[in-house]
Amino acid sequence: MATLLAPRRESGRWVQEDQQAGLFKVNREAFTSADVLAREREVIFDRSWLYLGHASELKNPNDYLTRRVGGRELIFNRDRKGTYQAFMNTCPHRGAQVAREPCGNAISFKCFYHGWAFNNNGKFATRSPVGTYPEDFGQDGSVDLARVPRIDSYRGFFFISYDPDIVALSDYLAGSREVIDLLADHSPNGMEIIGGAQEYSIRANWKLLVENSNDGFHAAETHETYFGYLIAEVGESILDDIKTLSQISAGIDLGNGHAMVETRAPWGRPIARSIASWGEQGKADEARMVAELQQRVGPERALRIADRDRNMGIFPNLVINDIMAVTVRTFYPETPSLMNVTSWALAPIGETPQARKRRLDNFLEFLGPGGFATPDDVEALESAQRGYAAAKFAPWNDISRGMRREQPRADDEAQMRAFWREWNRRMEDAQ
Amino acid sequence: MSVTDAVKPEGRAAHPVRSRADYEDFLFNEAALLDEWRLDEWFALFAPGATYEVPTAGSAVDVQSDSALFYIADDYARLGHRVERLKKPAAHAEWPRSNCVRLVGNVRILGSDADGVQITSTFATYRSKHNVTDTYVGHTRYTIAEIDGELRIRAKRVLLGMNSLTPHGKISIIL
Repeated sequence: MATLLAPRRESGRWVQEDQQAGLFKVNREAFTSADVLAREREVIFDRSWLYLGHASELKNPNDYLTRRVGGRELIFNRDRKGTYQAFMNTCPHRGAQVAREPCGNAISFKCFYHGWAFNNNGKFATRSPVGTYPEDFGQDGSVDLARVPRIDSYRGFFFISYDPDIVALSDYLAGSREVIDLLADHSPNGMEIIGGAQEYSIRANWKLLVENSNDGFHAAETHETYFGYLIAEVGESILDDIKTLSQISAGIDLGNGHAMVETRAPWGRPIARSIASWGEQGKADEARMVAELQQRVGPERALRIADRDRNMGIFPNLVINDIMAVTVRTFYPETPSLMNVTSWALAPIGETPQARKRRLDNFLEFLGPGGFATPDDVEALESAQRGYAAAKFAPWNDISRGMRREQPRADDEAQMRAFWREWNRRMEDAQ
Repeated sequence: MSVTDAVKPEGRAAHPVRSRADYEDFLFNEAALLDEWRLDEWFALFAPGATYEVPTAGSAVDVQSDSALFYIADDYARLGHRVERLKKPAAHAEWPRSNCVRLVGNVRILGSDADGVQITSTFATYRSKHNVTDTYVGHTRYTIAEIDGELRIRAKRVLLGMNSLTPHGKISIIL
């Protein structure tokens, strides 16, 4: 099957970039081929830092949660001392999951299949009658729970890597660190994941959601009905706002395949930009938050935190969108044309009930499978995937928008090109 | 005397309970209106101030939308917008419209308070589009009041009996 991947780089198998002409093309086979997916598992998902979870999800020592990351079942937990760890959730004996609840608090894990047990540092802790196993059985660690090769965190965001030799997380994150800093600084109390995750699937290639998550070009067209709702809620004034606001608009390459768009959108921001429908109370609350921000982080950062919207993709598959609410989203391919998505809402610890409600209302109005916008994104991605069946006759996606602009705008496609360059580099190098 | 008159001023009196068949007829009619995309008539079944909620799959029955992430947590105004949105061709996920069949069963009367009568039912909703049929199953909790002689929904909470929205990807229809 590998022959399908030939010819090699010289001809630009998957990505063709012509700076001179201002053209950037991606071959649709990148979205449909089983061989491409197999290679992605090897050179992308197994050699990147992948999002595991947020520190706030494990509040206490011995807390754990189970999660599928990069196609493998994991346990993310804290030991008695509170240290964060990640293990493969598979019994070293015969393979079953040793933790089968979504989350809990446990000093040990016991496999339900044959009863092998492990302390929450992964150490083999099964008692068997003398003579059952050799005396030194397991002393070499071979029947401990397997550790995920690397785990590290940045400002509460935990990542794992299956590559023991990967660069340090902070180097890998490159320019995205500063954007995470802006998010982590929303509140002096730190940030937390709000209870409940939205889990859903999209019958489309995973890279379509990478593109869609920071695509400023599609908003007006795909989400016409959401903006219609916003006009009804906020008033006709947003139409003028949109014209003025569109001056603040940038697509930014953050290095290593990470990228974002930064804009000033017409919706309300829970931190901290009120809209008319939030009333006097909302206006006063938001003004107080802005004042607190200015004092704590200075006027320049306060402006970016309170008044700018950012959609960021961290290579390969973590999206952190700090928009009408904050969503953290990750997704994995099951097949070339099916992905599973998990989305969380992130919020300041200690937020007032009123502010929390505004945030969650904002989130649900736009985001998620029941929102006024995301279902139409899902429809668009699935529609594109169906279109790729004609790749033999219509082989190229165009990602050229704004290519010759000195500072690309949010409704250009520079952020997608940043992803595709890194994707292409890894895929081509692997040949 | 209308039923609302029967509620004492302090609002503690329990709402009078009708026969189960009355509630079944009401819910079967609601399902038919949705199957036929008669959304304005469907919305008219709701009393002003009513809520329509879909917590995330696997949530507890009493989870609250001001502290947990839902799929849908509409107050009356937003539910009105949801209906208006779904009527537009620019609601791309539902244009062209999907074909839907809703089965409603296991209707039970749980009790009654000043707000109305608590009804539970099970549902299976089949949505077909692009030659793919997705199935949504679960339980629905209703609070139904009699207002000026007509049954009206004060609250509808759809509790999905699924792990996750896999492989559906969206709740673009009204459940």
